[in-house]
Amino acid sequence: MSRPMQVSRYWRHFREKYRLIGGKCENGHVFFPHRQVCPVCGSRNVEEYEFSGKGKVISWTIVRNPPSGFEYYKPYPLALVQLEDGPIVLAQLTDVDPEEIDFGMEVEVVTKKIREFEEDGIILYGYKFRPPVK
Amino acid sequence: MRKAVIIGAGMTPVGEHWKLGLRDLAVEALLNAMDDAGIDKVDSLYVGNMISGPLVEQENLGALIADWAGLGNIPAVKIEAACASGGAAVQEGVKAVLSGLEDVVAVVGIEKMTDAWPSDTTRYLGYAADAEWELFHGASFVALNALVMRYYMKTYGYTEEDLALFAVNAHANGAKNPYAMFKRPIKVETVLKSPYIADPLKLFDASPVCDGAAAVIITTPEKAEELGVPKEKWVEVAGMGRAIDTINLANREDLLTLKAAKIAAERAYKMAGVEPKNIDFFEVHDAFTIMAALSLEALGVAKKGEGAKLAKEGQIAIDADYPIQTMGGLKARGHPVGATGVYQTVEAVLQLRGEAPSQVPDAEVGLTQNIGGTGSNITVSIFRRV
Ligand SMILES: [Zn+2]
Repeated sequence: MSRPMQVSRYWRHFREKYRLIGGKCENGHVFFPHRQVCPVCGSRNVEEYEFSGKGKVISWTIVRNPPSGFEYYKPYPLALVQLEDGPIVLAQLTDVDPEEIDFGMEVEVVTKKIREFEEDGIILYGYKFRPPVK
Repeated sequence: MRKAVIIGAGMTPVGEHWKLGLRDLAVEALLNAMDDAGIDKVDSLYVGNMISGPLVEQENLGALIADWAGLGNIPAVKIEAACASGGAAVQEGVKAVLSGLEDVVAVVGIEKMTDAWPSDTTRYLGYAADAEWELFHGASFVALNALVMRYYMKTYGYTEEDLALFAVNAHANGAKNPYAMFKRPIKVETVLKSPYIADPLKLFDASPVCDGAAAVIITTPEKAEELGVPKEKWVEVAGMGRAIDTINLANREDLLTLKAAKIAAERAYKMAGVEPKNIDFFEVHDAFTIMAALSLEALGVAKKGEGAKLAKEGQIAIDADYPIQTMGGLKARGHPVGATGVYQTVEAVLQLRGEAPSQVPDAEVGLTQNIGGTGSNITVSIFRRV
């Protein structure tokens, strides 16, 4: 089985994926990920916006039958996190006991390994969320 | 304006067809539909398919299937809209007839899913999501639906048991359908005891990975008459609508509203001149039990947050006010993704001709709703007995 050439694909997004950089339009709408056109008002005047990375879990699941490339990590928690700046982001949760995950649980962003052990050999990093480290 | 009628319908049983390939299944369904209409040639072919490339290393399905079905040098293309590919292909076929450019159009939906390893199939189904921002994080399609399911249960106070009722209803109807993958009724306990695949979503909340093909022949009433197709076979395509929503679930305005279905349904209702209360049966896209609940709400059959209540109140059974999944739905008939919308169309045709194995008495108007992605690409079509 063959996969797309991954290196260029993932380097293209490394700033967004390592630092949680999204977009903000001239009318103040913030969104993630960054895109050319504001999804709220249609403005094309969009600049980068770096999110604080703090948020709350609004829904979560435990992935038990993962897509290929992620078998090694199963089971793993995946969540929708509402950022304090507004947008919702999909990401894995880390450093948490699945039993402890709950609605409204406070989390913060952290850069982690997303996967390795793939035929293309590259190790992917990106954002995950964890309970805040005090 | 011209009118469009379906004059032929055919399908293959849904299942794990180890001995049949993509082209065998597609050609069989197509020839069944042509035989049903009593014709041996068509002006064009539209193929509904989602992921034949990754699954069986075959694209260019228009040429492949038209060639192997002996249709000659006609125009033929594949239409892709994730799991709504079949519904979209039917609508493209209808548009070709309504435009006047083509008179007799064949549509076939096909997916051959069991020729790949399960975790790869899981990955390919994920291609309907956002590759860079969902699949990248290890989100399977099931996982995305599980996120919606948990949020729905929390928001409206439903339990896993409540949503299981959709699966029970689908299996009760599928048990009578000779073309269904699962022909056994199940109990709520069966669903609840099945293993979690992405909590709180269990194996029996989900439709199966399978193979299948279905086909219809579309033309105008004038041409149908000219071809000598008996009027009892005609089913009018009365209304249709289609819309998209954000491909990325996290970017939705409201996680619990299938906005694309809502917009598509409004267009279809308007074109057909009907309201939800005039519809005799609904074939909704229950790839997961949660999607059946949200679909009933988006179609205006239930109020927001009350889709699951409809199942609890017993209103979705074949003899109730809002029968759904009359031939098993995606859950029991099976969900060969790109073929599903065409199966729904074939089943609507059988109901409206009075030929369905679990017949809704005196059915005159039926609705099909086909979802691509986690609600990102949706078709709604309304059919009427002529
Ligand atoms: Zn804006």
